[in-house]
Parts: sequence; structure tokens; C-alpha cells
Amino acid sequence: MASAKKLVTDPFSDNNPITVQALGVCSALAVTVSLQPAIVMTLALTFVVTASNLIISLLRKVIPGGIRMIVEMAVIASLVIVTDQLLKAYLFDVSKQLSVFVGLIITNCIVMGRAEAFALQNPPKASLLDGLGNGVGYGIILISVAAVREFFGFGTLYGFKILPEAYMGNGLALLAPGAFIVLGLLIWIQRSFNKFVEE
Amino acid sequence: MKFLFDLQDKYLAPLFEKGGKFEKLYPLFEAGDTFARTPGDVTKGAPHVRDSIDQKRLMIFVIYALTPCILFGIWNAGHQFNVHNNVEEATFLMDMIRGSLMVLPIIFTSYLVGGICEVTFALIRKHEINEGFLVSGMLFPLTLAPTTPLWQVALGIAFGIIIGKEIFGGVGYNVLNPALTGRAFLFFAYPAQISGDQVWVGSASKAPLVNQIMGYTPTTTDGVTMATPLGVAASSEGVSAQAALADAGYSLSNMVSGVIPGSIGSTSVIAILLGLGYLMITGVASSRIIFSGIAGAAAMGALFNLLPLDNSFAALPFYYHIVMGGFLFGIVFMATDPVSAAASNRGKLIYGFLIGVLTVIIRVANPAYPEGIMLAILFMNVMAPMIDHYVVQGHIKQRTKLARALNHA
Repeated sequence: MASAKKLVTDPFSDNNPITVQALGVCSALAVTVSLQPAIVMTLALTFVVTASNLIISLLRKVIPGGIRMIVEMAVIASLVIVTDQLLKAYLFDVSKQLSVFVGLIITNCIVMGRAEAFALQNPPKASLLDGLGNGVGYGIILISVAAVREFFGFGTLYGFKILPEAYMGNGLALLAPGAFIVLGLLIWIQRSFNKFVEE
Repeated sequence: MKFLFDLQDKYLAPLFEKGGKFEKLYPLFEAGDTFARTPGDVTKGAPHVRDSIDQKRLMIFVIYALTPCILFGIWNAGHQFNVHNNVEEATFLMDMIRGSLMVLPIIFTSYLVGGICEVTFALIRKHEINEGFLVSGMLFPLTLAPTTPLWQVALGIAFGIIIGKEIFGGVGYNVLNPALTGRAFLFFAYPAQISGDQVWVGSASKAPLVNQIMGYTPTTTDGVTMATPLGVAASSEGVSAQAALADAGYSLSNMVSGVIPGSIGSTSVIAILLGLGYLMITGVASSRIIFSGIAGAAAMGALFNLLPLDNSFAALPFYYHIVMGGFLFGIVFMATDPVSAAASNRGKLIYGFLIGVLTVIIRVANPAYPEGIMLAILFMNVMAPMIDHYVVQGHIKQRTKLARALNHA
């Protein structure tokens, strides 16, 4: 059993869900045009993956093996609906910006993957920490990509003007392929630090 | 000369070789050394008999072939400027000077910034500085508008060299053509400076420094608006594309001569054909790619002519597609890049043909991208390894069948 600290920090870099496991890439491209939606998306996903890991871990001894996926889906879907309703109630503008991508957390491989790979075999406390770590690991990449795209695309960060008015926004940074390139560069930087080589 | 080289071998070389003082800078020394002469190193592994034309010499041939396009591009940039800004009595010399002031900074920036990227990676990754860069660094500016801001030139070539080439491991490993990668970056990042009808002719109001040097006072403060033939054809509505082109003053003859607004190096069919001739005689570029590409564009253009489509661009006679825009420049100088093109003979035919076909489809079917050759080449660059794979598989299958038949007989 890995230490509590390792459970949380491992997904930050060494076992990052996006850059190492290549999960959840779709939303990393879609909601990273600017910082605000990326941060809200991070919070939403962290909440869902943490709570779903905890609940599934608590239920792990009573879930029949044959229908475990359906049970997991039911738990995750309920949590996503709660999140979606909360966003609509309190952060309506951001929720509109995120559009379907909050709902699509249900199909996000990170949430399902952690439930299958971790929560089903591990006690609640470890599962909770694992969920938290993966949510934050996802968020680190999301927020980094969004910061780069917003900075070069609009010359702003979280809506505040950073570069002078004369700055000509880079249109490519705002397109999905631009997000792919930024993500690729992040992976390049990360791997040259971690000395990680794909086999 | 011999005396100088002896001195270099004796005193300079040891400084840069393993254990020397400047060991880290070896790629720089090596580049300078092999640029000036063919070094006397002996081969360490087979094959021992090698052609005297190595990659460096090969790449220089492409630069020679580009010379007509460069010179014509410089003159044409200046000529278009003087004509459309109503400069009275502009002589050939004035056109050349004005063009040089517009085009040479772009070429210089491309070489400088691209060179810095190339050398930095060569030093870190310890690979040779490759003359392939001389070609990319020249092809890239020739595909730009004469009014492209220099900071965009710098960004574009840096993107092309780093993302298009170095992250894959340098020359020989690049999937995409670096020059076109840089242009595609600018096209999507800053579309206003590389497409539309505001950028192809320099405007007097936007070049105060050049005006001062030439002692010229602009008469208007507006930008000069001139659409390229592709822009005219793509936006022709109600009338036939041919009529729209004629209306805008574009005929087959001036599109062939290239005295029209457009990307710096790619307007003149004649200049490109001169380069093509040189490439064919020296055998540097693949004639399979070039001629199957032209055949592909003509075939697709002719097919569009036959189809009953409600699209005036589709009805444009097929031979227009070959002389219009950057098609010929792209197929002769870009598609033939030996690294990113298909390698097998049959593969080259398929690769070239599909580039031609795709170019015309993109032009006609997608008015948002009037110039299709850039996207077509990049797309086929990605497909090239797959084409080669199937060509080789097909060959193996054929040979096995033959061998079986012979065994049974």
C-alpha cells in the first residue's frame, strides 16, 4: 500500500492522467480556451472523481462483479448531475461556456478508470486520496494549457489584460489543434524532466 | 587554399574535436568545415563507395533552382508596389530597389531566426547542422505575402524548424515539410496577414521607412486592395470564374508570366519552369511526383468541369488550376522534399497525384481556403509512410505469387 502522500502526488506528474496515461484529452482540448472555464472544470472533475472513488470504495464489497460497471456509471452519473445543477444555479455564465462538457464528465475515462482500477480494490481513505490526486493532476494540465492558450490567444490571463492593446492575438492558440500542440509541448517538457521514455 | 586548410586541420580542428576546448561547439565547426570543402574523412562503415554529391551539395542545387523565383519575386514585389501606388515613371531599377527593401528583410529574418533555432538544437542534440535548412529558410519566405510583418516571419520559421523538424529528431526524421509547417502556422494564427486581398501589394502608407529611403511621399493613406487570382475565382458569384478573372485583369498570359500580386516567389510560372528544368537536368527532384501532381490537378479540374455543379469555380477550365496560385511552386519545390515525400517509385506517383487532386478539391469545395496546395501537401506528407507501406506490401505479394507459380511449374 503506497503512502498517503504518494497517493495524492503521484498523479501530479509521474502518473499524470492526461500527459502519461493519455486519458481525458478531449475535455483538455475543449474547455481550455481561457482560464476561467478550465478552473471550474477542474473543480467539477475533482469533486466527481473524489466522491465517486469514495462511494464506490465504500460499496466495493456489495457490488456484484457482473454488473459493477453499471453500478459505477449510476454513481458517477448522479454526481455529475448534482455538479451540473450546482453550476447552473450558482455559476450560470461559466456553465453555459462549458456547455456539454460538464455532462460529458460521465464519460471521462479518468473517473471511470480510477473507479475500476483503484476504488474497487482499495479502502475508502486511500480511494478518496487517489481521486483527489487524479483530479488535481488533471487540473494542473488543464490550467497550464488554458493559461498558455489564453495568454497567446487573447493576451489576457483570467480575463485581465496582460499584454498591451496592440498585441495581435494568435488565432491558432484558440483552435483545438493549437491546444493539441500546447499539450504536446507540455508532454515534451515533462518527459525531459522525468526522463520518461515510452516503450 | 591548401595552406589554409592545413593550418585549420593542425591548429583549429583539435580544439573542437573530442577532448578539445570547444568540444560542445563541434557542430558549428563541422558545418563551416564541410560547407567550404569536402573533408578528407574516411568512411567507418559500409558502404565505402559514396557519391561525391552528398546532402549538402544536393541541397545547394535546390537553392540554385530557386534563383529565378527569388529574383523575379523581388522585382515583382517592387513592380506591384509601384504600379498600384501610382508611382510615376518607375524604372526597372526602382522596382528592384523597392522589391529588395520589401523582400530581403523577410529572407534575412527567416535565415537568422531559423538559423538560431537550427544551431541551438544541433549543439544540444549534438547532430550536424544540415544544409536542408538553407532550403527551408528560403522556401518559407517565398510562400509569404510581400507585406508579412517580420515578427511573423520569425515566429513562422521558428515554429516550422522546431515543431516541423527538430522535435522529430532533425533532418531526415521530419514527418512534415518544415517550410510549409511554418506557413500553415501563420495561416491559422494570423490569417489577416497572409490571406484576403489587403496583403499582396505593399501599401505606401504602411512603409514610412522605405518611403524615406526612396524619397517618395505617398499620395493616399489607404491600403492597397488587390485580390489574387485564387481569391477572385473563389468569390466569383453570379458570373463565371473565367469572366471574374478577366474582369479583375487576370488572363492566362499574365498568370504564366507572373506579373500579378501574390506570394513572393510563386506567381511566375516561367521562373518556376526554369527552376524545374534545372532540377530535372541535375536529377535532384523527383519527376514522378511533379508530373503526377500536375496530372492529378488537371484530372480533378477536368472532372469538376464535367460535373453539373452550381459552383463557378468548378466550371473553371482545368488548365487554369495549374498556372494559378502556388500550385506549381508547391508541387515542384515543396512536395518533392525527399524526407517528407513518399520514397518508393510507385508511392511517389500516388503521392503526387493525390496532392494534385486534393489541391483542386480544397480550392473548389472550400472557399475559406482558396489556396489548397499547402494543406494538400501537408496532408499527403502525413500519408506518405502509409502509401510506401502498401506499395511495399503489394510488391511482396506479387513476388511471392510469382515465386509460387515458378515452384509449381
